[in-house]
Amino acid sequence: MSADGQGTQEPHHWFDDEAGPVVRPYAMTRGRTTSAGQHRLDLIAVVVAEQRAADPVADQTLSPEHVDIVDLCRDSPQSVAELAAELDLPIGVVRVLIGDLVDDELVHVTRPVPPAELPDESILRDVIDGLRAL
Amino acid sequence: MIFGRSERGKAPVEPVTLKILVAGGFGVGKTTLVGAVSEIKPLRTEELLSEAGRPVDDTQGVEGKHTTTVAMDFGRITLRKDLVLYLFGTPGQDRFWFLWDELATGALGAVVLADTRRLEDCFAAVDYFERRSIPFVVGVNCFDGADRYPADSVRQALDLDSGVPVVLCDAREKESVKDVLIGVVEHAAAAAAQRRQPAVT
Repeated sequence: MSADGQGTQEPHHWFDDEAGPVVRPYAMTRGRTTSAGQHRLDLIAVVVAEQRAADPVADQTLSPEHVDIVDLCRDSPQSVAELAAELDLPIGVVRVLIGDLVDDELVHVTRPVPPAELPDESILRDVIDGLRAL
Repeated sequence: MIFGRSERGKAPVEPVTLKILVAGGFGVGKTTLVGAVSEIKPLRTEELLSEAGRPVDDTQGVEGKHTTTVAMDFGRITLRKDLVLYLFGTPGQDRFWFLWDELATGALGAVVLADTRRLEDCFAAVDYFERRSIPFVVGVNCFDGADRYPADSVRQALDLDSGVPVVLCDAREKESVKDVLIGVVEHAAAAAAQRRQPAVT
């Protein structure tokens, strides 16, 4: 995580991927690090495309990254963590972009139920059975 | 693609998602454990840090590097179409505790992976989950060539509560990891039942 193990004698030059993305990540959010009215989305919150999000490309206000998120979620609901991994974007950036899409009513987010609030233990039983069956 | 493609015009299944954390020292086998049971190759999510890492990271010679990237590896197990379990490997460095808080919120439970040759590496994780009453299981990753110790010795060395399960495991083996995860869920279920008890009586 620290200096890449390079000597400090010569100036270090970065090429290709090492130089980082051509567009700095938070440029995609126009510098925003949070989106209004959004709680911090959990990594396992599930993003579901709305029916009306049929052709997000036609929406000129959306960035390509917005469109990618809607496309992925239209195939099947996706967790925030998976979207970030799939799009190769930092979690914070993906959260802001999802917030925009929620505001535009192109997707909705299902928040995970905290285990302490699970209605009963049968779901844990299901998890154990599911793991055994792997 | 992932939860089964939904047909056009039909509402897709919105799965219940749960998460289990995998913690432990650097190089103890967290990502290996996740990879042993995940149906996908462990994915990597990253978060950019602009401030937190700066005073600590040696950025000499890399002027212009103002951000640090923290990576979290995770895997997925689809137990049913509507029930998905995620495994998150916690960032190894202790100074990223604030990311742990975010990961730990709403977690079903945790695995603390331990290496008997470097047991002290997992003290911080044990302490973290104890303080927050997050149910956890200590998995002793039995590395080839490392001395084996009985689970009870590890329990004593870590000064664990008697209720905390200690299991010997091999993070490379799917069956072994399955047992560890089942242990976490069973422990979490027992803890939840205990919490419910006083509310009833």
